[in-house]
Amino acid sequence: MSGRRLFSVPARRAALAPFLWMLLFFLLPFGFVLKISLSHAVIAQPPYLPVFDPAGGVAAFKAAIAALSLDNFRLLASDHFYALSYLRSVVVALVSTSILLAVGYPIAYGMSRLPARSQPVAMILVIVPFWTSFLIRVYAWINILQHDGILNKVLVALHLVSAPLVWLSTDAAMYVGIVYSYLPFMILPLYATLAKIDPALLEASADLGGSRLTTFWLVTAPLSLPGIGAGALLCFIPIVGEFVIPDLLAGSASPMIGQTLWLEFFTNRDWPVASALAVVLLVLLLAPLLVYERVQRRRLEGAQ
Amino acid sequence: MMATSALARLSPFNITSLALGLAFLYLPIVILVIYSFNASRLVTVWGGWSVRWYVEFFNDGAMLSALAMSLRVAAVSATAATVFGTLAAVALTRAGAFHGRTLFSGMLYAPLVMPEVITGLSLLLLFVAVDAQRGFWTVTIAHTTLTMCFVAVVVQSRLGSLDRSLEEAAMDLGCDPFRAFVKVTLPLILPSVVAGWMLAFTLSMDDVVIASFTTGPGSTTLPIRIYSEVRLGVKPEINAICTLIVGSIAVIIVAASLASKLSSRQGESAAPL
Repeated sequence: MSGRRLFSVPARRAALAPFLWMLLFFLLPFGFVLKISLSHAVIAQPPYLPVFDPAGGVAAFKAAIAALSLDNFRLLASDHFYALSYLRSVVVALVSTSILLAVGYPIAYGMSRLPARSQPVAMILVIVPFWTSFLIRVYAWINILQHDGILNKVLVALHLVSAPLVWLSTDAAMYVGIVYSYLPFMILPLYATLAKIDPALLEASADLGGSRLTTFWLVTAPLSLPGIGAGALLCFIPIVGEFVIPDLLAGSASPMIGQTLWLEFFTNRDWPVASALAVVLLVLLLAPLLVYERVQRRRLEGAQ
Repeated sequence: MMATSALARLSPFNITSLALGLAFLYLPIVILVIYSFNASRLVTVWGGWSVRWYVEFFNDGAMLSALAMSLRVAAVSATAATVFGTLAAVALTRAGAFHGRTLFSGMLYAPLVMPEVITGLSLLLLFVAVDAQRGFWTVTIAHTTLTMCFVAVVVQSRLGSLDRSLEEAAMDLGCDPFRAFVKVTLPLILPSVVAGWMLAFTLSMDDVVIASFTTGPGSTTLPIRIYSEVRLGVKPEINAICTLIVGSIAVIIVAASLASKLSSRQGESAAPL
């Protein structure tokens, strides 16, 4: 006990450097996003912003406040292009998360049923693709899905289709890419909760006459709800803002919000509108982010 | 007993879903690796085995300098991220309650799921606001910020499961907390610290979005370069580069799991997240 108290003071000091770093490079930048989202783009100039000048004093601060405007947000609200972009992102994320759950659950369930000895091996096999480059994994699918790619060759050879199908630049390709890239994020939390279920509960259910299916629905599925929640959040939140996968695999007809933000920033060089898009996206994700943070905190700090 | 063995047995459904799942995860990468040895310039026509695209890559100066840039950014940012991430993990598991703890853990967990376009844009606006020269250092700072959170999670899950009576014993025997940490705790969590460093390194080597926002002219990273080539279509040289990256990551993972098996008798796997 004496040791525990002795340790906590230096441990608190250990927080100082990472705390300041995250304040400076994670929290503070959102302030700049907010500020730019409330300002006007300078026409016929490269996107140049005034250098931050704290020496101006209160008067300069007041003038800066007065110069702020909600025009960018009015633009977002008035142009359906942006609303559709947000809507599409949320729909894509919801559909992807559902597919991920449907695909990931049986795999995680199978892993938890393996003999204890081989479970760590299965876990490493699921984690390894997570370590290999995300970009490469998406690129691998372009190889497979392109017009004269291996998928069409197999389909034609098996006489399942008479002529090669178009896969690239479709929503189907995008969903395949998203499910492929995010699958480990879904499997790992599911497996973590499934592996912790006490076999005695399943045994009790069987002794009371429950079939395998009844036992699954009444015992296993409810007990795995925390894993379902964690996996769903871990996938849903980043997918809403996904850029690389839809950009490489989906068609360009209806962009997701990440693509729209990219377009405004890099192509149109309209930093204020890009910032306003980021602010709205952040507000949209705030609720799931807060829930996720609580789940994560409970998971990592509850054990102690 | 019979019920247990029947329930614990792998059903054909379990085996099928596991096999299909692993095939889905690995087949695309295997196909990519095979096609990187294709002699034909047409990516989809098999022209026999060849290493010509690897030779092409090693003669591509722009690609090589992008690779060098990425390796430098990844090495520096992963090292900084490991130091900060480990400190953060120690604070979260050992400091008890302190002011700003919720904010601290929130700032550490949020970047794990934060869409990269938001993180990238916000960091860029910060760098522009302070008039920082964009290039190597801005990308390195951005990657440190992102990857230290992953390190913190990996190290934290190891620290949380560690038997605290060991470091308490060291302090009861007269070690000050710092010595107890260095002599007792650090060796025990070393596998997860190493795993955290490698995860940070690979994440940095992989990032397109945040690097695109925070880099400047003349400092292109390998993923940015690959990405701009991929947008134009499949190229055999890209297959070769991707195979080299996958190969080096595979070597790192095998080395890491061997190292952690040797150093930790608990056999705890170094799982990210």
